[in-house]
Amino acid sequence: MPGLYNFTGGPTSNKPLRHHTLVVLVENKAGVLMRVAGLFARRGFNIYSLAVAPSSDDERFSRITIVVDVESTPLEQVTKQLFKLINVVKISELDPADSVERELMIATVKADPSVRSQVIELIDVFDGSIIDVGFDELSMAVHGEPDKLDDVEELLRPYGIVELQRTGRVALPKLERTPPRLKSV
Amino acid sequence: LEANEPTNGGEALIRALELEGVEVIFGLPGGAILPVYDPIIDSSIRHILVRHEQGAGHMAEGYAHVTGKPGVCMVTSGPAATNVVTPLADAYLDSVPMVCITGQVPYAAIGTDAFQECDTTGITMSVTKHNYLVSEAADIPRIVREAFHIATTGRPGPVLIDVPKDIVDPTNPRSAMQWYWPTDEEIAAGLPGYKPTTKGHPRKIKEAAELILAAERPVIYAGGGILKARAAEALRELAELTGIHVVTTLMARGAFPDDHELCLGMPGMHGNYTAVMSFQETDLLITLGARFDDRVTGKLDEFAPHAKVIHADIDPAELGKNRRPDVPIVGDARLIIEEIVQAIRGLLESGRQQADTSAWRTTISGWQERHPLHYDEHRPGDRLKPQFVLETLRDNTPDDTIVCSGVGQHQMWTSQYWHFNHPYTWVNSGGLGTMGFSVPAAIGAKVAFPDRMVWAVDGDGCFQMTAQELVTASVERIPVKIAILNNSYLGMVRQWQEMFYEERYSEVFLSQDVPDYKMWAEAMGCAGFRVDAPEEVLPTIQKANEINDRPVVIDFRTDAAEKVFPMVASGSSNSAVMVHPSQVAGIGEL
Repeated sequence: MPGLYNFTGGPTSNKPLRHHTLVVLVENKAGVLMRVAGLFARRGFNIYSLAVAPSSDDERFSRITIVVDVESTPLEQVTKQLFKLINVVKISELDPADSVERELMIATVKADPSVRSQVIELIDVFDGSIIDVGFDELSMAVHGEPDKLDDVEELLRPYGIVELQRTGRVALPKLERTPPRLKSV
Repeated sequence: LEANEPTNGGEALIRALELEGVEVIFGLPGGAILPVYDPIIDSSIRHILVRHEQGAGHMAEGYAHVTGKPGVCMVTSGPAATNVVTPLADAYLDSVPMVCITGQVPYAAIGTDAFQECDTTGITMSVTKHNYLVSEAADIPRIVREAFHIATTGRPGPVLIDVPKDIVDPTNPRSAMQWYWPTDEEIAAGLPGYKPTTKGHPRKIKEAAELILAAERPVIYAGGGILKARAAEALRELAELTGIHVVTTLMARGAFPDDHELCLGMPGMHGNYTAVMSFQETDLLITLGARFDDRVTGKLDEFAPHAKVIHADIDPAELGKNRRPDVPIVGDARLIIEEIVQAIRGLLESGRQQADTSAWRTTISGWQERHPLHYDEHRPGDRLKPQFVLETLRDNTPDDTIVCSGVGQHQMWTSQYWHFNHPYTWVNSGGLGTMGFSVPAAIGAKVAFPDRMVWAVDGDGCFQMTAQELVTASVERIPVKIAILNNSYLGMVRQWQEMFYEERYSEVFLSQDVPDYKMWAEAMGCAGFRVDAPEEVLPTIQKANEINDRPVVIDFRTDAAEKVFPMVASGSSNSAVMVHPSQVAGIGEL
């Protein structure tokens, strides 16, 4: 029946979208990622990047870093529903302005002996490293903020990218810079 | 079974259900669940053999609705599991505690497209509060305990346990295990992400109490959470202490007595005029265990436009989902209401006066006088008025009768015309709107309370979806009573087509003559009646009430032209509520 539902928000809305980063601590059990991803998929929200790894301090848990393009209001609802999942232990939303983000990129680029030194120099500028050398190709690793990796990717493209992989970002909240005793003044 | 005693997964599963206090399982066996059915023979648990797995799910829901205890259903893998998806979704949307056990192909065969295999946990992930695929026999006691804990605490809901055949089959070495029964502490420790908040925040409770005493036009918006939290008594205390009227949603009918002078009845799309208007004009909406469903709010932007909102719910995700509350309170409705009552008493004792609500009471009684529920009298030659049938049924059944309904016009009329004076006397499918709910739900309710009268009010469209469960009822000696309001149409859809599609009736006419419900009922082992004339209504109901050795079905031939009023058209503001045509002149006079 048309007009039966009258909800606002969702992916078809025209408001500008922005990245939101969610860090979700989950129990390290089969199917948990599907439960988490399902809540986004149900609403038609696209997950922009995703990084999952076991928590370093307790093997019972994993940390999922999700970057999603969505407005704040529906995201708040998803976040609350994520927290309802039995296997979700903790969620923090990181604002890009208040967090430090890193991503790793590895790439294989065409680099015959005539341009090899140029490519090595370029990677050097971005604090990357060469991780494999072939007759006319180089493999490299660069880590950094996602914007920086975009730049590197752009600069490598003219040489011919054979293969390129990015991990998706991981993030931590920015640290407090004010000494605690000054805060109370 | 003693601690560390050797056993197998199947026996352990049934033992675990016994220890959880399960009295009855609704189910149907099949290949993958066979080994779990064997120990049922030696168990104290009653098993009710359904005719379709959907029926098992709705019976478990009906049982849970009236008892507050988790309903249990058990079915096999594949098609049986997909057949319980509807009841699971129904229970999920209506927060019904339920544990569903499904068989699964042997663990090693999962993912191979084995016979009767489906990805049950994947399919049911979004319609359950939680689900499990058990991988080891030794996990069974823990998982059963966790499942019952999750199903019944916090916001209740369905939990599914998918059990591969090899770990319950005593002939398979993978089923071998040693018995244990985890403690509450062990269960809590094993669920680090599950800690429902039950006690309301004291500051929010105080803010709520202050707002309540200051409001001049307050109204209580009571939802299904009142029943889930067993908070009906607390609600009554709050209403009587403050003299504030109570609106009970479709899921909360019975949570506050309809015969109470402060009861305003049901709000929403087919709510009564006073309940709908009280929301539109209130200055304080005291929302308790309700969720601002679209069927209640109408056009959300224009819902309760003058109201401050107190919103108490055990599910934090409900707060601010549809309407931003001024005072959000997370917690159990009963505890929160008791704390609010205490806070109000404290304020009153310290000399605080409650605001004058007399003008508001006058407004409310004016609405009630001008716009009571209304239907046109029966004229000779007409088919029966469904409202008349319901009034007669209501007035000739015990006060504690349990009433179940399907979904559609008959459901709305039952909710409108019945007088629910006790909690847990109304069982229906609110959120999912599952046609075919009432017959199996009534069976589940009657199993829980065999000494009480259970009537299902059903539509002819709904009845045809799950009627075969009356065979179950006959064979298992569960004498439920079914009143079919038979207008030969998918009535609610017909109403929409009449009102919003220029009377273009597309695929809503069922049939005047088939099935013959009386014969069908008799073929299923029930007593069957057909009623055409108004004067036959009462005597037939009286006859039905006296039959207690088998189910009864009455085919009431009702008027297809009857529409449910009042009505708020979908997407419209509640303020644009359409009353019965005979009352149109009174609209707009507040």
